[in-house]
Amino acid sequence: MLRWIAARRRTVLTTSKADETDIEPGLRDIPELSMITLRINGTKRDLEVDTRTTLLDALREHLGLTGTKKGCDHGQCGACTVLVNGRRINSCLTLAVMHEDDEIVTIEDLGEPGHLHPLQAAFVECDGFQCGYCTSGQICSAVGMLAEAAAGWPSHATADVSSSQIALTDEEIRERMSGNVCRCAAYPNIVAAIRVVAEGGPT
Amino acid sequence: MRPFTYERATDVPGACAAASRPGATFISGGTNLLDLMKLEIERPSHLVDISRLPLADVDELQDGALRIGAQAANSDVAADPRVRTRYPVLSQALVAGASGQLRNKASVGGNLVQRTRCPYFYDTAAGCNKRDPGSGCSAIGGFNRIHAVLGASDSCIATNPSDMAVAMSVLDAQIELLDADRSVRRVDIADFHRLPGDTPHVETVLRPGEMITAVILPPPPPGRQLYRKVRDRASYEFALVSVAAIVATDRGTISSARVAFGGVAHKPWRSADAEAALTGRPATMATYRAAAETAMRDAVGQGQNDFKIDLARRTLCRTLVQAAQAS
Ligand SMILES: Cc1cc2nc3c(=O)[nH]c(=O)nc-3n(C[C@H](O)[C@H](O)[C@H](O)COP(=O)(O)OP(=O)(O)OC[C@H]3O[C@@H](n4cnc5c(N)ncnc54)[C@H](O)[C@@H]3O)c2cc1C
Ligand code: SF4
Ligand code: FES
Ligand code: FES
Repeated sequence: MLRWIAARRRTVLTTSKADETDIEPGLRDIPELSMITLRINGTKRDLEVDTRTTLLDALREHLGLTGTKKGCDHGQCGACTVLVNGRRINSCLTLAVMHEDDEIVTIEDLGEPGHLHPLQAAFVECDGFQCGYCTSGQICSAVGMLAEAAAGWPSHATADVSSSQIALTDEEIRERMSGNVCRCAAYPNIVAAIRVVAEGGPT
Repeated sequence: MRPFTYERATDVPGACAAASRPGATFISGGTNLLDLMKLEIERPSHLVDISRLPLADVDELQDGALRIGAQAANSDVAADPRVRTRYPVLSQALVAGASGQLRNKASVGGNLVQRTRCPYFYDTAAGCNKRDPGSGCSAIGGFNRIHAVLGASDSCIATNPSDMAVAMSVLDAQIELLDADRSVRRVDIADFHRLPGDTPHVETVLRPGEMITAVILPPPPPGRQLYRKVRDRASYEFALVSVAAIVATDRGTISSARVAFGGVAHKPWRSADAEAALTGRPATMATYRAAAETAMRDAVGQGQNDFKIDLARRTLCRTLVQAAQAS
């Protein structure tokens, strides 16, 4: 059985030979394995994954990068937020096989004790957490969010979407961070920590 | 999740051919499809990844229209300067939907094809004609607070959850489609989504393997554009009711009006009746109330969602007051 599965291993990465792509509904209960290379935190990592593996599970289960958390696994909490090509996304709702050649950054790469990222330092300074489960997602999300605001992107809290001037008020921060849920409700201090960095301190 | 084979499409017609095979489907941002695949509500045996196809540009056309590629991220469309200044109702609707993270992944094409949030559709232990044709509709007589009040059938009372599509409805958007046989057609947004009838599992006019390649927005009509969304929490939540409106006034008289509702039906609900009741009338609350009555004339509640009918009327009035103030 195992040998048979191994014989079926393949990755079809182009449609140029679409006619040869075999789609066999009857065989779909057999896991499909795929060799992929991911660029994570500046390092190329080769791994073999079941096509069903989400980026989140690849990070946590295959690469041991457990800083990224699984909360809901359905895009509803933000605990799994990572940066892909500089943008924040939910790693639970995307497949690892879809991210070949993308630049993936997780909380592990932002900073470490002694060399904290300004947002990590601000979360410590402002007491922006209680249990800490949502925190890596909050911080990765805030990195992406500050870049979006700097690029002038509007939000639901922006009174006039046609204006390219964004004032990052507390209302704006709350709305832009609404994709990160905190069960400990550390929200006031999360907003305070992000505000500190948005206003230019601490470095 | 069921196992599946995966391919990354490198050209558009090839992707359509690959996706037209039995069991195959497109994946774009994956934010709706993977959610449903995890629950085995969607069970494709082959995924055609179209997320890297060169269909993400937003281009101005000769006739003043704007062509938005189907792979453009919801966040990029919302932030596009041309969309923000000429089609602000679309920016407003996009930023009212989902979260920052999801909007970075969600594509325009995927947003148009996203499926309902009916809780019984998600609950594989419950009967649901949309998920499992012929198994009945658990929402009729069940928990139906979020369900439709217009255009529903005895088979299904689900709503379409998209905010973006409601804004596109008042903008008279056209959906550009490429079929597996390489033919191209344009479908008005009004005709793209279907009412449930007795085939609630058929939600759009898409054929197997047919791909949304772009959405075309004709030059915007005159008037102020607004999107107002009412929901159970202030952010990161689907609409109970929403209204998209474009209203122009001339010395206190409404010279033109376009109105569509979200959250009330199986598709964005453009109300020609409300538009007729507004055009040429004084921009007053009496006019707005009359238009709201007309818009909801055929509305039928299911018990728990009866409140939506009044909520839709009030949301329309509030939106019109605001739109007329500044137009
Ligand atoms: C927690 C949560 C909250 C959300 N809140 C909101 C909200 O408030 N408002 C709102 O409007 N939406 C909301 N969404 C839904 C979100 O907008 C959709 O999931 C997203 O737009 C789908 O786009 P996608 O590219 O990820 O699609 P995918 O998941 O990749 O695909 C969805 C479907 O579209 C098909 N498809 C994709 N692209 C094409 C194409 N080009 N041509 C033909 N078919 C195609 C796929 O085959 C699939 O059937 C929410 C989602 C989540 C998870
Ligand atoms: S309303 Fe539609 S989607 Fe919901 S249970 Fe009934 S048939 Fe299914
Ligand atoms: S684990 Fe991804 S959003 Fe909750
Ligand atoms: S700190 Fe506990 S969930 Fe946010």
